[in-house]
Amino acid sequence: MNKKISALMLGTALALAVGTGAFAGDKVVKIGVLNDMSGLYADLAGPGSVIAAHMAIEDSGLTKKGWTIDVVSADHQNKPDVGVNIARQWIDVDKVDVLADVPTSSVALAVSNLVKEKNSIMLNSGAGSSDLTNKSCTPNTIHWTYDTYTLAHGTGTALTKSGGNTWFFLTADYAFGAALERDTTAAVEAAGGKVVGAVKHPLNTADFSSFLLQAQASKAKVIGLANAGGDTVNAIKQAAEFGITTGGQKLASLLMFISDVHALGLQTAKGLNLTETFYWDLNDGTRAWSKRFQDRMKNHAMPTMVQAGVYSSLLHYFKALDQLGENPHDGAKMVAKMKTMPTDDPIFGKGSIEPNGRVIHPAYLFEVKSPAESKGPWDYYKLVATIPANEAFTPLDKSTCPLLKK
Amino acid sequence: MQALYAQLLVGLINGSFYALLSLGLAVIFGMLNIINFAHGALYMMGAFCAYFLLNIFGLNYWYALIIAPIVVGIFGMVLERTLLKQLAGLDHLYGLLLTFGIALIIQGVFQNYFGSSGLPYAIPPQLQGGMNLGFMFLPVYRGWVVVFSLVVCIATWYLIERTRLGAYLRAATENPNLVRAFGINVPRMITLTYGLGIGLAALAGVLSAPINQVRPLMGADLIIVVFAVVVIGGMGSIMGSIITGFALGVIEGLTKYFYPEASNTVVFVLMVLVLLVKPTGLTGRAT
Repeated sequence: MNKKISALMLGTALALAVGTGAFAGDKVVKIGVLNDMSGLYADLAGPGSVIAAHMAIEDSGLTKKGWTIDVVSADHQNKPDVGVNIARQWIDVDKVDVLADVPTSSVALAVSNLVKEKNSIMLNSGAGSSDLTNKSCTPNTIHWTYDTYTLAHGTGTALTKSGGNTWFFLTADYAFGAALERDTTAAVEAAGGKVVGAVKHPLNTADFSSFLLQAQASKAKVIGLANAGGDTVNAIKQAAEFGITTGGQKLASLLMFISDVHALGLQTAKGLNLTETFYWDLNDGTRAWSKRFQDRMKNHAMPTMVQAGVYSSLLHYFKALDQLGENPHDGAKMVAKMKTMPTDDPIFGKGSIEPNGRVIHPAYLFEVKSPAESKGPWDYYKLVATIPANEAFTPLDKSTCPLLKK
Repeated sequence: MQALYAQLLVGLINGSFYALLSLGLAVIFGMLNIINFAHGALYMMGAFCAYFLLNIFGLNYWYALIIAPIVVGIFGMVLERTLLKQLAGLDHLYGLLLTFGIALIIQGVFQNYFGSSGLPYAIPPQLQGGMNLGFMFLPVYRGWVVVFSLVVCIATWYLIERTRLGAYLRAATENPNLVRAFGINVPRMITLTYGLGIGLAALAGVLSAPINQVRPLMGADLIIVVFAVVVIGGMGSIMGSIITGFALGVIEGLTKYFYPEASNTVVFVLMVLVLLVKPTGLTGRAT
């Protein structure tokens, strides 16, 4: 608890230290990377997202054109109140133009409200809840990398169609888990499956044995893990221990990042299906960018799709700024401008931003390689299927975003 | 009903870790009067030590069970000699702040190098697999954890409460000057006791490495619960902390069955209740 206070104070102090005034129509931009810097999501977002932000600035070439771009970052500790406080401070006092990353759906939803109220910008990469571009959409938020709809229609549909027609959920007890369980339930039922039960576990749980026993007793064919990061890792590891997979039940790691696979080791993770919108070894573009990223990471980790999304979203933002020629310091205006431009970069390929703020690009269903199939460090996935952009995200006519009702 | 038995057993397994950790804390508090907030970090070091032994020196789990507590215990003794000793006789708060700071530094250093997701550590081949008990599938390793930690807890209790060495120790806490007059090196005994407490934490770390990820924050997440266990059991009471450790594991397990959303908070609710009714803890003596 004291640690958290001191972290907050440090974050505030750092933010204050770099505070400068900004005026409409100048060439000054300030980026705030707000995410989990120390907890269970720190490896999938964390300091790596800050590196990605810096790479986006360099690759945009804007500094050579006379722009001044600063990056600040802070740890929201996966707590909405902490996240909103930092965001408020950034926007009001430090004149931060863009909040990037913001994983943890509960924090993202809270920050999204604030960002709208202050007419700022959130380029969300880390959060999963599809509510961000549905009922909670705003003219100031763009949701970049993936959402719970993608995960549900990737892994959820694939597993149901391959015979896993009864499901039991282990759900992280917060906004993201609830959204993922809801979206996956819909996808499973649409594919002809049935959900037989669910249990909610607290965020950041070390021991899953009680929950796993309940899942085991349900006799469901598939145990859907509606959680993320460290929670998913622990659940999978302990499921192996309790003989769940050898007993014939299949695990569905609905949201899994390469950092989680790395932490589990291929021996435990092999054979798992997962859905991502980015993998470092997809093509020459992703490989080249990922190697550059890896060289900058202290632990030489490959980028996760969240970190790649931070890069890609900021790069698109800089393109829009470049076209405008100056920073209007007007969130809604910038977001509207960004929506008019197709997205295109070496790592996510071509895509577009829908009116509800949802970026659409292809998603990929992967299977984790076995140790024998892996040729070296970080060679973890084989591609099973590519989900076209228009199927990977909520169709516009089904989106409940109020912005669309005009 | 079957599910209930299973949850009771699972609770007992978690209780083993609570018991081992709170035992170490109780020993240190009872003998040294230090509230050792670094306990979680040292538990984490025990797990990392096991990981390094396996991946750098090729020494397996069984070696780690012996070597890790010794290595981390020595590290603890160095801490005691160089830092904690300076605070002897001062208010508890100083020791608490110092050990808290030490914990943050250790965790920060590990996090810097290993990130937060942690590293995999496999269950030793001898303890893999599981057995079907009828009401649940019990992984052999979990069974081993319960038995092993029970043995260690009882051995520690015996050492302190029933042996001559333990008697010296208890006497030294009661009246160090008098014990010193009998020719016993009290500072050395205190250092060794701290080492013992830390060794217990490291041992718990090794035990948990195959179950949980070996991660820098594994101790930070656990230590707060363990402190609650110690407070409920009564600060400094050896047997109290062992029994409370196991009991709270079971209560937590039951909560996960009946109302999973509250499983992270039930320990603290109990702590509040116990403090309201009996501020010295269930087995604590009024001082």
